[in-house]
Amino acid sequence: MKKENKKHLGRRQFLKKCAKAVCTGLLLSFVEFKNVWAKQVGNGDKSAERKYAMGIDIHKCIGCGRCADACKKENKVPREPHYFRTWIERYIVPIKGEPVVDSPNGGIDGFPELKGDKGILKMFFVPKLCNHCAHPPCVQVCPVGATFTSRDGVVLVDPKYCVGCRYCIQACPYGARYMHPEKHVADKCTFCYHRITKGLLPACVEVCPTKARIFGEVDNPTSPIRRFARLHTITVLKPSLNTEPMVLYAGAEGMVR
Amino acid sequence: MPKIPQQVISLGILFLIAIGGFVIARKFFIPHSFGLYGHYRADAVEEIKKQEIVYAGAKACYDCHDDIYDLKAQSYHKDVACEVCHGPAASHVENPDGVLPPIPNDRKGCAICHDYSPPRPTGFPQIIEARHNPGKVCKSCHNPHNPTLPHTPESCSACHREIYMKKSISSHASLECATCHTVPEGHLTSPRANEVGKPQKREFCGQCHAEDAQVSKDILRIDLKTHGERSLCWECHYPHDPETNT
Amino acid sequence: MEPTIIQQAMMGFQSFSGYIYPNEYELQWSLLIVLYPYLTGLVAGAFILASLERVFRVTVILPVYRLSLLTALAFLIVAPMPLFAHLGHPERALEMLWTPHLQSAMAMFGFVYAWYLLVVLLLEIWFDFRKDIVMYSKNSRGLKKYFYLLLTLGSTDISEEALRFDNKMCKFITVMGIPSAFLLHGYVGFIFGSIKANPWWSSVLMPIVFLFSAIVSGIALMILIYMVTTLFRWKKIDMGCLNKLAEFLFYTMIVDFSLELLDFIHRLYESEESIHILSQLITNRLFVSLIVTQIFLGSIVPILGLIVGRFGKLPDELRRIVYFLSAVLVQVGIFSIRWNVVIGGQLFSKSLRGLTVYKVQLLGLEGLLMTVFLLILPLFILYGIVKILPPWTDSELEVHK
Repeated sequence: MKKENKKHLGRRQFLKKCAKAVCTGLLLSFVEFKNVWAKQVGNGDKSAERKYAMGIDIHKCIGCGRCADACKKENKVPREPHYFRTWIERYIVPIKGEPVVDSPNGGIDGFPELKGDKGILKMFFVPKLCNHCAHPPCVQVCPVGATFTSRDGVVLVDPKYCVGCRYCIQACPYGARYMHPEKHVADKCTFCYHRITKGLLPACVEVCPTKARIFGEVDNPTSPIRRFARLHTITVLKPSLNTEPMVLYAGAEGMVR
Repeated sequence: MPKIPQQVISLGILFLIAIGGFVIARKFFIPHSFGLYGHYRADAVEEIKKQEIVYAGAKACYDCHDDIYDLKAQSYHKDVACEVCHGPAASHVENPDGVLPPIPNDRKGCAICHDYSPPRPTGFPQIIEARHNPGKVCKSCHNPHNPTLPHTPESCSACHREIYMKKSISSHASLECATCHTVPEGHLTSPRANEVGKPQKREFCGQCHAEDAQVSKDILRIDLKTHGERSLCWECHYPHDPETNT
Repeated sequence: MEPTIIQQAMMGFQSFSGYIYPNEYELQWSLLIVLYPYLTGLVAGAFILASLERVFRVTVILPVYRLSLLTALAFLIVAPMPLFAHLGHPERALEMLWTPHLQSAMAMFGFVYAWYLLVVLLLEIWFDFRKDIVMYSKNSRGLKKYFYLLLTLGSTDISEEALRFDNKMCKFITVMGIPSAFLLHGYVGFIFGSIKANPWWSSVLMPIVFLFSAIVSGIALMILIYMVTTLFRWKKIDMGCLNKLAEFLFYTMIVDFSLELLDFIHRLYESEESIHILSQLITNRLFVSLIVTQIFLGSIVPILGLIVGRFGKLPDELRRIVYFLSAVLVQVGIFSIRWNVVIGGQLFSKSLRGLTVYKVQLLGLEGLLMTVFLLILPLFILYGIVKILPPWTDSELEVHK
């Protein structure tokens, strides 16, 4: 019975302490929340300028796979068929029903011939790569800061700092990331950062024989990407996710995802 | 003055050690360039920049091979970079005599782009590799740096492969392209400036398919007045494969 | 040579259907990551059960109070191991503490874990057992004496005032511990629920579903552990306690099941772009683990069992058997929930056009044997802890009666 009394006294103290702790916690989290809010809604983040963009013209792509091949050579991407920084999909749209998509070895070895194209409405190729989003979900989820947006707006991976938790691979809506089988870190397209910072084009853009891939600096009025964006109706992949990609598609239909 | 309980003192010491240890360890383990520009190792950017370049870029080729470059710049292959066919050549730029890029001498390389594939955009020049002068190396007729055809094409299928393929297995297989299309003189050399003529009226198809047409009885007949009402024939029938309803 | 042949053979057996992005052929999170939420769920559940006694004075479950705390500790020690084993660079794991990225749910792991282990669980156990520890150190000899003396951390005062303070602190920590336990497991749910790229995971209900399934699994685990330990100690089971546990288990299961049903109905009704691939996922890939194991065997059967066991007129022996079997089924069900979330969420392509395949490896760091080992390990740790700090309250029990 004596115990009971003490317990009551104690409870009041606990509640006070609890209230204090909760208040401090709320204050702290509000400060962080403001930062996060600003970043997510996208008006407060001035640190990363979005300098580069890539344009992809679906009507020009012939599906030769030179881009995916050059990317693997330039960036020493493992040649095995399940690791790609860029790849090409073939869309086969039937007259009725859902489109069928394939990408054997990322399109590097070409696409198998189709037997009997009677029910087909149309076909086209869609090159894919990291979208270098303005709001990259991969960067958001990286627990250690091993993937980040550089000051010129390119999403990069620090191979010496990545712990290999693969959370970023799960968070990427575009399947643009993979686990490097030898380095055991996440890996993905860098827009050929080592080339573009020296005035060269990304390897895939360099070798594209039909200029289906366009690359340039967004702020430069004479840059090919400006002309590309002016002359075409631009769409991005999965716009509903609000990632704001910097890979712009011309001629990609709503079914492309 | 209330006495601080013994438990709090011993726990306090323990926690202070733990937190202190954590703070010190943190100082020690955070890479020095971390957080310079953002929540990442700033040095990583420089390290990524240092990655080895494998593809030299067409401008590098121009420095020595300007003659070929200029020729190519005037040709249909003006957008095809040198390294598409010759492979990555940064090592050749660095050591021009020691490393020589391959000069493809087969049909495979050209077929990667020019073999017929239905999803390719219309107008992109395509051939069926197996049937197009089998056994001959492409280079023997086409100069890769200036691939304008050595002679004007003999058949429409050289360019309009997709249509040709469709038509060849359709009931219109026996018809020449010129049966329906008028081909202006300049179309073979500059196709865009001289477009071919197409039928404009139902009566054109009626020349063969109307009930009173003066042609073989095997050809399918319709009543031109009632069939399909006011629609134009090609709104329902694709003329190059007329059985398909699209 | 051998692995490539095996790999090729496996590729032959695997049946991918539809289109998946080329980088998706390899499943990223394996069986070990299934284990992680399962283990933390048990921790959070066991702790919340213990707090029922402390905070809400459900004194009838006193026999499992201390046991629950020690169980939570044993499982919490093992919980990060599967994560650790799964990392590409385990030696870099501590970067999460040195440079945590505050926007990342996963970065909070180190802190949530440290908070829960050091501030909540260890402290509560220490305050709760301090009197015992001091007594042990006084009554034993040699190394054992010094070991217990070390555990006292130098505070050997067991005057009535000091013990009252212990009791007060214990309760304070428990009050803090409840939101902490919610945090620990709610946050694991958030790790999955916040991935907007994955329509199977992305759900605001995910943390809450995780939390309630955690409580369910924790209570079921304590039923099992309590029954087994009393059996091996040749003691009588306190049926009042067991009935109460079964009752709590039943209530939380109803809440958990309703939440999951709500999630399901909501998805079906909204019927977004992803609904086609998700329905294929359920009917093709997850039929056994979701419909049969999770919903039928893991939820409906044990709920019915608990209704019959708790509210039916059964002899105690039969009742115990029903409780035991229900608790076992609940564990299987909760494990399949974790499986369906973690593996299920990776079995379809983010192109929403195809399904992939997951083959469980037997050997290796991420294999089946490792998983079984990590599942059994906490029980051995618990055995060790119980040897050091016996949690039994049999004498108190007699006082109650």
